[in-house]
Amino acid sequence: MAEMKYNVPNEQWPEHPETATLEGKNKFVGFWTFLGGETVLFASLFATYLALKDSVPSSDHMLAADLFHLELAFVMTMLLLTSSLTSVYAVYHMRNNNFSKMQLWLAITVLLGAGFLALEIYEFYEYVHLGHTFRSSAFGSAFYILIGTHGFHVIIGLIWITGLIIRNATRGLSVYTAAKVNTAALYWHFIDVVWVFIFTIVYLLGVI
Amino acid sequence: MSQATAKKNGVWATIWEYMTTVDHKKIAILYLIAGGFFFVLGGIEAMLIRIQLAVPNNDFLSAGLFNEVITMHGTTMIFLAAMPLLFAFMNATVPLQIGARDVAFPFLNSLGVWLFIFGGIFLNLSWFLGGAPDAGWTSYASLSIASPGHGVDFYALGLQVSGAGTLISGINFVTTIITMRAPGMTYMRMPLMTWTTLVAGVLIVFAFPPLTVGLFLLIFDRMFGSNFFIVEAGGNTIIWEHLFWIFGHPEVYILILPAFGIFSEIFSTFARKRLFGYSAMVFATVLIGFFGFMVWAHHMFTVGLGPTANAIFALATMAIAVPTGIKIFNWIFTIWGGSIEFTTPMLYALAFIPSFVMGGVTGIMQAVAPADYQYHDSYFIVAHFHYVIVGGVVFALLAGLHYYWPLMFATMLSEKLGKITFWLFFIGFHMTFLIQHFLGLWGMPRRVFTYLDGQGYNAANMISSLGAGLMALGVIVLVINIIITVAKNQKVGRDPWGDGRTLEWSLPLPVPYYNFAQIPLVRGLDAFWIEKKEGNGEMLPAESLDDFHMPNNSIIPFVMSLGLFVASFGALYFASGKEWAIDAVADLPVRPWAFWVLVIGLAITFISMITRSFKDDLGYYVTKEEVLRDLEEQERGAK
Amino acid sequence: MNLSFLKGKALLLVSALTLFLAGCGTNELSTLRPAGEVGQEQFNLMVLSIIIMLLVIAVVTVLFTIAVMKSRRSKKGEDFEPEDVSGNHTLEVIWTSIPILLLIVLAVPTVYYVFKQADTEAMTDAEGNVNSEETVINVRAYQYWWEFEYPNEEVVTAQELVVPTDQKVYFNLQGTDVKHSFWVPAAGGKMDTNIDGINSFYLVFDDEASQEADRLFYGKCAELCGPSHALMDFKVKALPEEEYDQWLADMKAVEEPVQASSEDAQRGEEIFNNSCMGCHAATPTSPGAMGPNLTNFGDRDLIAGFLEHDQENLEAWIKDPESFKPDNKMAGTYELTDDEIQAVASYLMELKVEEGSGDVSQLREPAADEESEEGGN
Repeated sequence: MAEMKYNVPNEQWPEHPETATLEGKNKFVGFWTFLGGETVLFASLFATYLALKDSVPSSDHMLAADLFHLELAFVMTMLLLTSSLTSVYAVYHMRNNNFSKMQLWLAITVLLGAGFLALEIYEFYEYVHLGHTFRSSAFGSAFYILIGTHGFHVIIGLIWITGLIIRNATRGLSVYTAAKVNTAALYWHFIDVVWVFIFTIVYLLGVI
Repeated sequence: MSQATAKKNGVWATIWEYMTTVDHKKIAILYLIAGGFFFVLGGIEAMLIRIQLAVPNNDFLSAGLFNEVITMHGTTMIFLAAMPLLFAFMNATVPLQIGARDVAFPFLNSLGVWLFIFGGIFLNLSWFLGGAPDAGWTSYASLSIASPGHGVDFYALGLQVSGAGTLISGINFVTTIITMRAPGMTYMRMPLMTWTTLVAGVLIVFAFPPLTVGLFLLIFDRMFGSNFFIVEAGGNTIIWEHLFWIFGHPEVYILILPAFGIFSEIFSTFARKRLFGYSAMVFATVLIGFFGFMVWAHHMFTVGLGPTANAIFALATMAIAVPTGIKIFNWIFTIWGGSIEFTTPMLYALAFIPSFVMGGVTGIMQAVAPADYQYHDSYFIVAHFHYVIVGGVVFALLAGLHYYWPLMFATMLSEKLGKITFWLFFIGFHMTFLIQHFLGLWGMPRRVFTYLDGQGYNAANMISSLGAGLMALGVIVLVINIIITVAKNQKVGRDPWGDGRTLEWSLPLPVPYYNFAQIPLVRGLDAFWIEKKEGNGEMLPAESLDDFHMPNNSIIPFVMSLGLFVASFGALYFASGKEWAIDAVADLPVRPWAFWVLVIGLAITFISMITRSFKDDLGYYVTKEEVLRDLEEQERGAK
Repeated sequence: MNLSFLKGKALLLVSALTLFLAGCGTNELSTLRPAGEVGQEQFNLMVLSIIIMLLVIAVVTVLFTIAVMKSRRSKKGEDFEPEDVSGNHTLEVIWTSIPILLLIVLAVPTVYYVFKQADTEAMTDAEGNVNSEETVINVRAYQYWWEFEYPNEEVVTAQELVVPTDQKVYFNLQGTDVKHSFWVPAAGGKMDTNIDGINSFYLVFDDEASQEADRLFYGKCAELCGPSHALMDFKVKALPEEEYDQWLADMKAVEEPVQASSEDAQRGEEIFNNSCMGCHAATPTSPGAMGPNLTNFGDRDLIAGFLEHDQENLEAWIKDPESFKPDNKMAGTYELTDDEIQAVASYLMELKVEEGSGDVSQLREPAADEESEEGGN
């Protein structure tokens, strides 16, 4: 039974190790389906944000144009985009059956993601000090739930990839672990794409 | 095999087996038991409603209690009875119909059922913990924010937990059907039950996230002080209505499409004829699923979205009639010229056609937006959606229960009692709901806890209540039927209906835990029927007899769901008595432990996930010898 | 068995028809007895769609009955093996295209009337203010009562809506606490009173139909709004234009609350001013009060929207409103003895607006001056 032989010798290492087993294929299809649902989830959050972005209880509440710093958002975008690229490298080395380089690039991905998260926390901290909180207005609620849900996804992604690095450190690369790495990378790209939309719709359109 | 060992080790071993099982057939039984329980619960609530409304100015239920009962009736029936019961039949049949040994994600399958069960229990605990939700199953934001106490919190959290389970199950079925089909089982050879499950699965994946978001907005407003629906702070309650119905309308199709699937199987089985217009049926199923996402605002014609929106959604809604009509005619022509055997499942299927057509045409009448200004939120609507959901979905569930019972339990329900149930239920159903169309047209709004004497509603309401009594009698006979059947435990063998056409009927009963000793080779639509016609009597194997791989049982799904159940209590009481809380809960006593309960619950779930992730759960092998032994035993049994 | 199955169907059909013929409901309440243009148009659409749908049901029933009757196994024999038919292209085309044609027949008037009935342009004048030439009424929905304001005439009343017949009556609808829905079934469909914004629509009340309904239509809240949703009724008094104008003028003439005459009522007035005035006004001004305006309470037809209008009911209501309308906001806001309640009730029953006391010619002129201040409302 081919699907149970997870540890494949190097010369037989398949071109797509992540979908070489039935479990791998299932993960691949299942996760794409899940991302379909995630897309609708974020679409709903975007719609909510767009509906409420100018809704504050009184005119002395700050709106997007008073709050956002494009520079910071731009740096965050760059960090996350780069981390997406490094995760591509990790998957590339996975396909070449190069375990140590895969681990290295995954670690770099985590570092960049953590950098993004740190900046996001700093940003939230600033806003809260300025009186723009989850409870201050409908705009605040909609802003924090959209960005916060994305940030929560980033946290999950960081824990996930870190977990993979640790658990795979002793196990090495096999078609079993390859599927796990590939799924995490898919997830990370999705987070990245969502952020591109956030940057455009929330920050760019908010400031203009 | 497990049943024999279970008996040796006693009841607790059986319970443990079911708590940890990842076998889709056992999960189907879990769904059936839990869904059946909630169905009876929702039915009791329905009876309370009809008793209260039987006579004018009745005080059987108080006004507030009545609202709790209608809310719980709707929520229970949709989320905790109809969907889980459909999942029961999907789990029982789909892997067998496509020739697979299990679903794509057995672990997630188990997680799905436990999330649903814990969500359902949480929701119903509201009865004992300060009152049930009372803002209707739609829980429109302004009322659900104003509703005092924690009732609506139970609704939001309970649905969130059970909804997560549904989403997981949806993904699981989509993946299973895409990747796990046996050799030769192309998409256009899949039985309709499998097709409708696939489309319903896709609908779940795309429809549940808006509900998730809507519920989160409600949860955050009620429990964490945000302002999504607080108008004074800039919030907007119409957002809830949009999110709810973007979910809510596809939800109707999530229910009715698998029902269509069950009926399609039954029609062709008991008419001994292949489904008429198979490809048109598939096409119509996909089209209905697609249109289902573009009509949500027809629930909101009176909200004031403006004439352009109303006109567009009116037209889109009318368009759905076309594929639905195609299906109806194809069913009629499936039985046309066939050889109809009036079994209990077939009676339900036949009764479904006129009943569902009546529900369908009133649906089109509501698409006429200006006329809907009259129907909307009146008893006409109540009549309409009960005609489609009872006449469509519940008939399918009862039909499926009789039809698939031998597949799930290797015994047969009594046909005689089954037919008594059918006639009581069928007559009671029309008696209850036909008259309600007229009540609506005579100006009776829905969700009223009473009505005044002298408005001309008395006789009609009494008829309706009597009809509900007949339906209740029918269900009681059904329960007796089930008890008798289980007590007798008279086993039946392969293809108990004699006219099985699809793969699931090619299996020995009870179905071995690995389903197929050898994965079958599918040579066309109605694969088993083809082999019968060719005189083989059983499926040809697509692989040689060999060892194969099966997944391990796991308690982790149960623990993960338990964690979310615990966390829900923390979230629920978090806002109690806090100064920033909404008026509805601001006066309640402060619960300082709420935060820690929330954290502990989430930690249980999180640690379970990490444990799962760090363990290599590679499953185990079923050996060739064991399979051979089983096969010999079956031979002996057959002789 | 199959026969009894069909008999059941036939029985249902017959009973449905009898019911249909037996009752179209009551004049003052039924959508099937439209009392004006809007309701009539909606009724016509109902009839059109019912005719089309009966056609569909007839076709399905005939085909279905034939299919079942002809294909019984008891008739065909146990060994009969039906021919497997995969489908029929012509049939598929027929039952796809005919429904499309039928739907087009239904779609055209639907779209036409959607736009026609949403046309409320006449409500506002060129500057966007309330058009003083038209009958405009602001409806505010509260848990569980209704306030009606006539912005052009600056008159406020509650629970009993007075409208002129044979002309378009425009409504601005708004919910104050939770969402409600404003529905006068006989006059036309409902519209929601959102708390997020104002909805507008119009209704027409024919004079003839109003007479048949004794000039009193029933109105209801159609959106679940809390425990007493079922009791959130109101009445619509449809008067010929002259009488309507006179009523408005009479109301407007009430600058001071109506004077109590009997001794009981005078005592009641005092208690009212001390205990009730905080929420209830007795002059037809100040929209947006905590409780229903009671200026013309004595003239009204019902207490709390649904109880018969007599002293006994009124006393019982004031004594324990919670037992009549659970969760209403009046319960527990005052403490009165039985004796005091009786006095207040006597006073309230005397709150009648004197007929003919107002000057109709004055009705709309002063309002016109203030219109610009009033804004679009």
